[in-house]
Amino acid sequence: MMKKRLCVLATAMMVGMSGIAAAKTLNWARSGDSLTMDPHAQNEGPTHTLNHQIYEPLVLRDSKGIIEAGLATEWAPSASNPNVWVFKLRQGVKFHNGAAFDSEDVVFSLKRAMSVNSDMKELLSSVKEVRAVGKYTIEIETEGPNPIMVNNLTNMFIMDKGWAEANNAVDVQDFEGGEETFSSRNANGTGAYKLISREPDAKTVLEKFDGYWGKGQFPLEVTKVVYTPIQNAATRVAALLSGEVHFMQDLPVQDLARVANKSGLKVEKAPQNRVIFFGLNQGDADLKSDNVSGKNPFADKRVRQAMNMAINRAAIQKIVMRDQSIPAGVAMPPFVNGWTEALDAVPANDIKKAKTLMDQAGYGNGFSVTLNCPNDRYINDEAICQAAVGMMAKIGIKVNLDAKPKAQHFPLINTLATDFYMLGWGVPTFDSEYIFNYLVHTKGPKFGSWNGTRFSNTDVDAKIQSLAAETNLKKRNATIAEIWEVVQEEVVYLPIHHQVLNWGMTEDIQTIVQPEDQPKIKYFSYK
Amino acid sequence: MLAFSIRRIFQAIVVLAVVGLVAFSMFRFVGDPIDNMLGQERTDADIVRLRTQLGLDLPFPIQYLKFLQGAAQGNFGVSYRQGRPVADIIVERAPATLELAAVSVIFAIVGGIVFGIFTAIQRDGFIANAIMTSSLIGVSLPTFLIGILLIYLFAVELSWLPSFGRGEVVKIGWWSTGFLTVSGLKAIILPSITLGLYQMTLIMRLVRSEMLEVLRQDYIRFAFARGLSDRSIHFKHALKNTLVPVITVTGLQIGAIIAFAIITETVFQWPGVGLLFINAIQFVDIPVMATYLLLVSVMFVVINLVVDLLYYAVDPRLRSDGAVKAGHQ
Repeated sequence: MMKKRLCVLATAMMVGMSGIAAAKTLNWARSGDSLTMDPHAQNEGPTHTLNHQIYEPLVLRDSKGIIEAGLATEWAPSASNPNVWVFKLRQGVKFHNGAAFDSEDVVFSLKRAMSVNSDMKELLSSVKEVRAVGKYTIEIETEGPNPIMVNNLTNMFIMDKGWAEANNAVDVQDFEGGEETFSSRNANGTGAYKLISREPDAKTVLEKFDGYWGKGQFPLEVTKVVYTPIQNAATRVAALLSGEVHFMQDLPVQDLARVANKSGLKVEKAPQNRVIFFGLNQGDADLKSDNVSGKNPFADKRVRQAMNMAINRAAIQKIVMRDQSIPAGVAMPPFVNGWTEALDAVPANDIKKAKTLMDQAGYGNGFSVTLNCPNDRYINDEAICQAAVGMMAKIGIKVNLDAKPKAQHFPLINTLATDFYMLGWGVPTFDSEYIFNYLVHTKGPKFGSWNGTRFSNTDVDAKIQSLAAETNLKKRNATIAEIWEVVQEEVVYLPIHHQVLNWGMTEDIQTIVQPEDQPKIKYFSYK
Repeated sequence: MLAFSIRRIFQAIVVLAVVGLVAFSMFRFVGDPIDNMLGQERTDADIVRLRTQLGLDLPFPIQYLKFLQGAAQGNFGVSYRQGRPVADIIVERAPATLELAAVSVIFAIVGGIVFGIFTAIQRDGFIANAIMTSSLIGVSLPTFLIGILLIYLFAVELSWLPSFGRGEVVKIGWWSTGFLTVSGLKAIILPSITLGLYQMTLIMRLVRSEMLEVLRQDYIRFAFARGLSDRSIHFKHALKNTLVPVITVTGLQIGAIIAFAIITETVFQWPGVGLLFINAIQFVDIPVMATYLLLVSVMFVVINLVVDLLYYAVDPRLRSDGAVKAGHQ
């Protein structure tokens, strides 16, 4: 009798447990919502992150940031033409609506991503033609050889051609027409999760896609995802503490201990693919915002060196960031091709030497200048700038801080209206060329669009342009090292730190923090 | 009466036009939407193309005229942030804000009148004094702090109520309601208390002082002398005479509750038009900001217009004043 009862109990427990294993809902929160479901309309972090659950690119970065096969299984430069990359596509893949995936969809999607209203087109600017050669092979032909073509495709999502045509979603976005694009609120991808419902700024519900090709290859333990943006930091943390949310990005640094100490919750962290630094206008003959007439103090390398020494990165890390940062010596995240420990060695905080340098440069009595800073973009951005004001004062530079929302700050850099500014940079291609193209090359229509320093060196420019077509990777890496040497020697930027990502979650969730802040739920598993 | 109405409506239109013009001139200081709309890889050519496409290269009075032209035809433009028509977004968001405002107003009126009467009748009672003292909190603490305190108490510590969102909603036509589900009803409690607390204390204090005033009147004393029951005196005679100013203030406060739900909506991630507006400001989503401000000013102008017209209908003195003024002109 007793035995029988136990048996029944055990069976009941097993049924109960398997029931739990079969249906796991993940309530996921972060500060901002995805802007649109259209995969090519916004080139923006949270938008890509949500789309990564639903859509898939040809290749993608896994939880460690390493490129792995997505909808393409193999890729290599063509043997006959160095300008062509050949991609073998995965077979037997189905879209959420049941349509089969083939090369037509890839050609359609990449062309859509290259269209004039697409926000992704700059990543494909070197592409001359995309063509299908067979049902499961495509070729991408570039203007010249492009050794890192694949790195540009990790957020380039593939849509179903038939679905887009049937639903009038062939064009990316149309602001003038005033019509809603179907694909901005509906989705049909090949990803592990399909879109069930979406209320912008409120709730997006995803459900596991039964026809997913990766069944058996990935944990896929989460069966339902409820994604909620919670903008207010205190509310967001409260939702995690109260158990309403199981997984949270954008955990404020001041609440880390509270979450970590709460039983049932834990914090996972990892360095982010984003470096924070200051830019200095070193090219103009005179600065607008300083009190030195007729001269530009930043044009003197000794002043830039002195400022680099005056920044106490350890203090910023400890006090402003509460240890949630990694002090940096180079304006390049540690994942990027070209990064070395030697380059990232933090400059010594030597006030005495810095003062001597200021003296030698003729600014022993200091000068004043305005520092432009965002206040809603990076982790504790304004507080870092405030700390820098005090550090610069120690070598006689009186810094006037001008902190503004990002929508007002970034135009200052692009219109060259600032002499001293904060900027953060993530490198989606994980390669130095991306940094050089935007931050180091002389500012012009094709290159250097984010170079607000006015730094311009024709020799460096030539080297940067040579990278795009250099297929000999050894030679290419040597050029990258040479360029970094100049950038460091000339103190083009004053690096501050690499941001650290903190994800809060319930204790049973098993995942590692992805350096691009892009969790991919298909990798999540439970203890 | 007709001349008065026409004059007031004409004034209202002028007010709306000026509000719109001021708003448009300020959008330039909010920032540049182009940077948010294009990724960090954008080129100068992209910036110029999008700026021209959106008409942001035009001087602001012309942008304003173009907006008015569209608005007159019911086309409020396309949100830069979501890429969808603004009118659709506002219609989708309005039920959340209106339901929240309705519950807050009911909470404020019922709570305000009940506590107001109680504190007036039991003037020096212990409980009445406690209510009066704690009502100071409602007046003096900022909304976001009250919201966060409530979240910590009822969501984190007690786990009774959700800390954010609207819960499950049910669609009735285009209207989405949270009143028909348990999670929806639970979700509205904390935000509506947060939003209505200030108004409740305001109404409570108003009712209390009016009531004390009325209770001192001769006819109340006579009523007591006649031996009427306390209940009948307090509720039939005193309360009725208290309510006239209360109704006026409440009417005006309804506008304030809807318009200033922004902070409460942000704290509770309540997906209404206030949250939409905050996000629009951060993104410099000009069509959404413009439409929201237009809506809010229309609402205030209409409420004020109705109140003015009601005064005119109710108060004969105003009528003769108007006639005298008109005569002088």
